[in-house]
Amino acid sequence: MAAPEILPAPVAAPEQHTLSLYVNNKPGVLVRVSLVFARRGYNIDSLVVSPAAHGDFSRITITCSGDRPTLTQIILQLAKLVDVVHAVDHTGDAAYETEIALVKLESQLGERTQVLQVAEHYGAKVVDYGPESLMLRVYGSSDKLDAFIELLRPYGLLELVRSGKIVMARGLEDT
Amino acid sequence: MSDVKVPTGAEKIVQCLEREGVEIIFGLSGGAAIPIFDALVGSKIKLILVRHEQGAMHMADGYARATGRPGVALVTSGPGATNTVTGLLTSHMDSAPVVVICGQQVTSVLGKDAFQEADVTGISYPIVKHSYLLKHGGDIPRVMREAFHIASTGRPGPVLVDVPKDVSSGPCTAPFTDEVDLPGYTVPGRGDPEAIAEAARLLSESKRPILYVGQGAVISDAGKAITSLAEKLRAPVVNTLLGKGAVDETHPLNLGMLGMHGTAYANLATQDCDLILGIGARWDDRVTSDPAHFCVGAKKIHVDIDPSEFNKVIQCDLSICGDARLVIEDLVPLVDMLDTEPWLKQVERWRKKYPLKVQKQGGLHAQYVQSRFDHLSEGRPILTVDVGQHQMWAAQFCRTRSNRHWLTSGGAGTMGYGWPAAIGAKFARPDEEVWAIVGDGGFQMTLAELATAAVHDLNVKVLIINNNYLGMVRQWQELFYDNRLSGVDLEGNPDFVKLAEAYGVKGMRIKRVADVDRKLREALDYRDGPLVVVAEVVKEGNVFPMIPSGGPSSAMLIEPPRTQLEKPRGST
Ligand SMILES: Cc1ncc(C[n+]2csc(CCOP(=O)(O)OP(=O)(O)O)c2C)c(N)n1
Ligand SMILES: [Mg+2]
Repeated sequence: MAAPEILPAPVAAPEQHTLSLYVNNKPGVLVRVSLVFARRGYNIDSLVVSPAAHGDFSRITITCSGDRPTLTQIILQLAKLVDVVHAVDHTGDAAYETEIALVKLESQLGERTQVLQVAEHYGAKVVDYGPESLMLRVYGSSDKLDAFIELLRPYGLLELVRSGKIVMARGLEDT
Repeated sequence: MSDVKVPTGAEKIVQCLEREGVEIIFGLSGGAAIPIFDALVGSKIKLILVRHEQGAMHMADGYARATGRPGVALVTSGPGATNTVTGLLTSHMDSAPVVVICGQQVTSVLGKDAFQEADVTGISYPIVKHSYLLKHGGDIPRVMREAFHIASTGRPGPVLVDVPKDVSSGPCTAPFTDEVDLPGYTVPGRGDPEAIAEAARLLSESKRPILYVGQGAVISDAGKAITSLAEKLRAPVVNTLLGKGAVDETHPLNLGMLGMHGTAYANLATQDCDLILGIGARWDDRVTSDPAHFCVGAKKIHVDIDPSEFNKVIQCDLSICGDARLVIEDLVPLVDMLDTEPWLKQVERWRKKYPLKVQKQGGLHAQYVQSRFDHLSEGRPILTVDVGQHQMWAAQFCRTRSNRHWLTSGGAGTMGYGWPAAIGAKFARPDEEVWAIVGDGGFQMTLAELATAAVHDLNVKVLIINNNYLGMVRQWQELFYDNRLSGVDLEGNPDFVKLAEAYGVKGMRIKRVADVDRKLREALDYRDGPLVVVAEVVKEGNVFPMIPSGGPSSAMLIEPPRTQLEKPRGST
């Protein structure tokens, strides 16, 4: 008889999620948070850590994709960490989100007109204007950045650095 | 100038331990921990020198589970600390409150591969409730207070405190503190009254209810409340491996353990219920097997102190976050007796039809030894049980009568747990009879602690179920791998009686069915220090019932199968 395979658990459709964590500003917190993802072999798409308004705490904004039951489980396990004050899934709510990207293009002086047109359309700013290269800074929603980068790809895209998404809840809601 | 001596960090740590009410520490020293061991000289706290740090961990765990108070282990840096890893996992998986203090290299060399430097906090992260690298002497009182608070409240667990040697040797002027300020840490108490009322409503509609009781009930001492609930509802009770003893297993409504090697009647009843109320139990894969086929159609209610357990394995109709005892105490007044007469009759028919089987013929069987042990000891001893076939037999045949009388490594399944846990439990509860039940394999993983028991003349006993095999693995190979035995024959086992004697410990051997009662009586009455009893049992006994992992409970094997089985598909 052939050995039966160990069947993987059924997976629900993956979705993009944006989580916001309010954590103690202490060494090791980031590792503890990442391990909740890593133990499942779960990839984090972007992660931003920065000081919160109150110096004893930090904000961590994480984007990742996965099915909702797993994400719910992850959030509960994050919230359980002693150093995590709260963990909120902002997916689908009206929180304000933004991201910054820096884009470097290989571009000779005489061949930039189209690139600059695209940049202008996206409200990107030229932050380094060299003889053979251009650096652009653009910010906005992550989708907008994705589109901008795809448009520039054929024009000698050399380097790309994205800040990762940050979010803040609107009104008096807690982020 | 005042002539009050400024304490060292190590002295402060010991004073903190004394303030936390610590009576005993299990430890093994080394360079980085010497200052702390030094500070213990003259302290009220009793230091128990172990022979291996894993032993210290399981002793601290046994102490903790036998009392509900945190057990404490103290070890040195590097290999001393890494030897605690298995113990950390064991305590973490089973929610045992343990505080581990590790010596560490001096802060100035951290990260530089100094002698016996290991990133112990880093290693610990996935297997502790929390951990600290104590870099500043001024933090000692706060960290020690937090460590004990975190370890022992809410869902308990292990907390590790890593103490660099310069911090333990340097001065510490920080004052003691009783407060904890942990904004990210809350301890649930009573449950939401509306949810509890909803549970009562769901129960009122049930004709075939079952109460499914786990370690959370043991920890919160919810047994009395659950028993009243069961009696008031007239509902049967099943318990998990770790939930044994919360509700007396000889109570007529208790069907014993459910799950992979649970009683057939516990599993049949669970499978057929129309409502299952989980109390401090986490729907572990050893219980639910194939979650898609577990209690299909039944209403499911889950009471747990840890909200991350909700809907993790099984989607429940109602989740109540809170302390098990408080929630059930609030629930009892809201329920009325149910009409469960037909249901209880059905359950009793299963109990009669599929009893646990004990073989008396064809040599000495482990089941026989353990059922006689249960009978003769009347369930009085605290049992600490290792991992393997003997554990499952003990779970089946040794009916646990009272809370905190059954200690075993469930979540981690750590071989080597049983014997040191018994030593820890005996130190914790010296007036109780304490027995370890272990396999020949697992005992050899931590048997060096015979010396620890002998030195302290501790009246703690171990029953070795010697089948000369890694029996549980052999059973799987026999049933699922065409009996192709691979790496399970424990040839080379020592003579355990002589081994005991080498440590100055009395040894006894049971070989014949006819001797079992007499020898067990003698062993139970033995009062002169440690005792090793080895039962030489048949080599190829198997544990039944068995639900092959991942299979539905309808696949339960009540008796040995006649045909070769497919390899199980579920969790290991
Ligand atoms: C530390 C550790 N290693 C390996 C295992 C896997 N394992 C589970 S039961 C078992 C056999 C135990 O043999 P023994 O202690 O003789 O008990 P028996 O099953 O024979 O009663 C093994 C190897 C384990 N649970 N723990
Ligand atoms: Mg064995």
